[in-house]
Amino acid sequence: MWLLAGTAFVIAAAVIALVVGPKPPSGATTEIPRWGAVLEALDRITPFGIDTGLTETQQSIVGNLRLPRVVFGLLVGASLAASGSTYQGIFRNPLASPYLLGIAAGGGLGATIAFVNDWGDGAGVFDGVQLGAFAGSLLAVGLTWAVGATGGSDRSTTALILAGIAVTSFFTAFQTFLQQRNADDIRQVYTWVLGGLNTSGWTEVLQLLPVALVLLPVLALAGRALDIMAVGEEEAVMLGLPVTQVRLVLIVVASLLTAASVAVSGLIGFVGLIIPHVVRLLFGASFRVIAPLSILFGAGFLVLCDLAARTLLPPAEIPIGVVTAFFGAPFFVFILRTTGRS
Amino acid sequence: MKTRLLVCLVALLALIAASCGGSDETVEASTDATDEQPAVSASADDDANDAMDDDVMDDDDAMNDDADAMADDAGAMDADAMDDDAMDDDDAMDDDAGAMDADAMDDDAMDDDAMDDDADSMRIVSMSPTSTEVLFAIGAGDMVVAVDRFSYFPAEAPVTDLDAFSPNVEAIAGFEPDVVISSAPIEGLDAIGIENIVAPAATNLDDIYAQIEQLGALTGNLGEASELVLQMQTDIDAAIDAIPERDEPITYYHELDNTLYSVTSGTFIGYVYDLFGLVNVADPADPDGESFGYPQLNEEFIITADPDIIFLADTLCCEQNAETVAARPGWDQMQAVQNGNVVELNDDVVSRWGPRIVDFIVAVGDAVNEFETVPAS
Repeated sequence: MWLLAGTAFVIAAAVIALVVGPKPPSGATTEIPRWGAVLEALDRITPFGIDTGLTETQQSIVGNLRLPRVVFGLLVGASLAASGSTYQGIFRNPLASPYLLGIAAGGGLGATIAFVNDWGDGAGVFDGVQLGAFAGSLLAVGLTWAVGATGGSDRSTTALILAGIAVTSFFTAFQTFLQQRNADDIRQVYTWVLGGLNTSGWTEVLQLLPVALVLLPVLALAGRALDIMAVGEEEAVMLGLPVTQVRLVLIVVASLLTAASVAVSGLIGFVGLIIPHVVRLLFGASFRVIAPLSILFGAGFLVLCDLAARTLLPPAEIPIGVVTAFFGAPFFVFILRTTGRS
Repeated sequence: MKTRLLVCLVALLALIAASCGGSDETVEASTDATDEQPAVSASADDDANDAMDDDVMDDDDAMNDDADAMADDAGAMDADAMDDDAMDDDDAMDDDAGAMDADAMDDDAMDDDAMDDDADSMRIVSMSPTSTEVLFAIGAGDMVVAVDRFSYFPAEAPVTDLDAFSPNVEAIAGFEPDVVISSAPIEGLDAIGIENIVAPAATNLDDIYAQIEQLGALTGNLGEASELVLQMQTDIDAAIDAIPERDEPITYYHELDNTLYSVTSGTFIGYVYDLFGLVNVADPADPDGESFGYPQLNEEFIITADPDIIFLADTLCCEQNAETVAARPGWDQMQAVQNGNVVELNDDVVSRWGPRIVDFIVAVGDAVNEFETVPAS
């Protein structure tokens, strides 16, 4: 039942995002017919040759711009929300987001180093900036994991969270320093930090798709383990769950997924934080529901945010990080207030 | 646990090494630059000025050649011609250096504050790449003792590690300047008695001419400054006059980087295109012309707007060119791409408001002329 609702939401979001474009330039070609856009998308993703009745340019806009952007948005949104719900479950902390362990700061630093050294814009499957961001993200998480152990032999979740805060501050300071020293790259870094799907095409989709296809199901099925861990670590051990190992695997999977999304889409905030809460409010507190549904709702939500980003202020784009935070921040306050009361 | 920490430390050090690879220490670099500074004596000054004038003329010739070449290769600004100019400048400088008077160094040191009575011995630090270009173009290059790290044109400018975005007043003072020129006021120079002349970003050609003449008056090279302004005006007028009348205005898209940041007509860059009556596809992003001069455009919008000419001002920052644009998904459908009306500009020339703005204007004019000769598709 709830899976059905989630799937319906994703499909609705994807279709709306496909058929709605920015206001076309005055006097230019007419708007792309809605039905034609859907047909064109079906033509691209199915083996059937469908006559869409669109001009070549219109076909290209739907097939090469809108469709990959929607698919990419689905993947990024799903990845961030799934990682967010996993982190919230592992750390038993409603404030946990995918960036809790320093991924955002690490990715930002990695991307900045790549921009400063002109590693970007190269040919090849993976861009230097993407590789830099990915490596930086993983380095940051690794550092957090290592530092988190120094407080004691056992990594308590509190120690990890504090280590994440320390690593985030450190990497952010380093990034700011570099940015200041290389003011000519400041706009590129700035654009990257705000995150965006605006120039993403099939290349980016193909980069993220394999990672997401492998890792998303793991997180979707992690709900039972998270439910047990939610009772308490000692109780979970008594119930026969290898807590330490499960926690390590889930953190690695969620971090890899987040790092991969950050590498191709930049920093997009709030999706990973608020979507699990929305799902919890709507469908109950069991992670067996929250984990898979976060994936669906995260995907749909990010696609709708991106739709707003590209259509609200035509012909300009609004950075998607602004859109998600603009809707996300007030909602977050709402969550805090309602959970505070109960 | 200790080994783990050690690994982290090593990783961090590697990171720091990777990120700091290109930059040197500010203070050390600054003292070096002071020592190496070629101080041209008063006696060599005339020669220097002559050489500079010649250069200006050479530049013009080169520019015209350039313009012809541009018509051939899709209006791409010819980097080779640029290099040639730099070479000429270098030669001229070598001559100057030969005539350099060793005493000049002492003279300079003695009358630090003699700026009003003897402009020739003035020591200038330029924290603005534009002002650096102007100073060298008006033959005042020998007074420039240090320039900021982005002032790498002309090639003989004494580039240092000084950063105009976060200026270090002590490092600037280390060059013992009489005057510091910057595009935004630098806090703190006042307190140590160094004059700060602000030459802010221009909004039109008159601003540019005014700044050139201001620097000419400051350095005692008003004659050269006026000559330069006159030459610029002549070249710009010629470029604009060469454009035939047309009923239907030409539309354009000006790209600042490969995430599709653009400019509206309200900016200085947009103003240059206005000189030719071109219509900016980005203007709907700022309908009242009051705000938002640098919007990030939607890709679908750009393709649908299908501008007649695409100007790339991200050839240096982001290594874009006609081929990379044609390879973007969906862009091959645009008439500008299909008809070869993708113009590659030098990012620096476009974003500065110095003498080389003529190169930008000529390139736009050539692109418009080129567009005329392409049969409508």
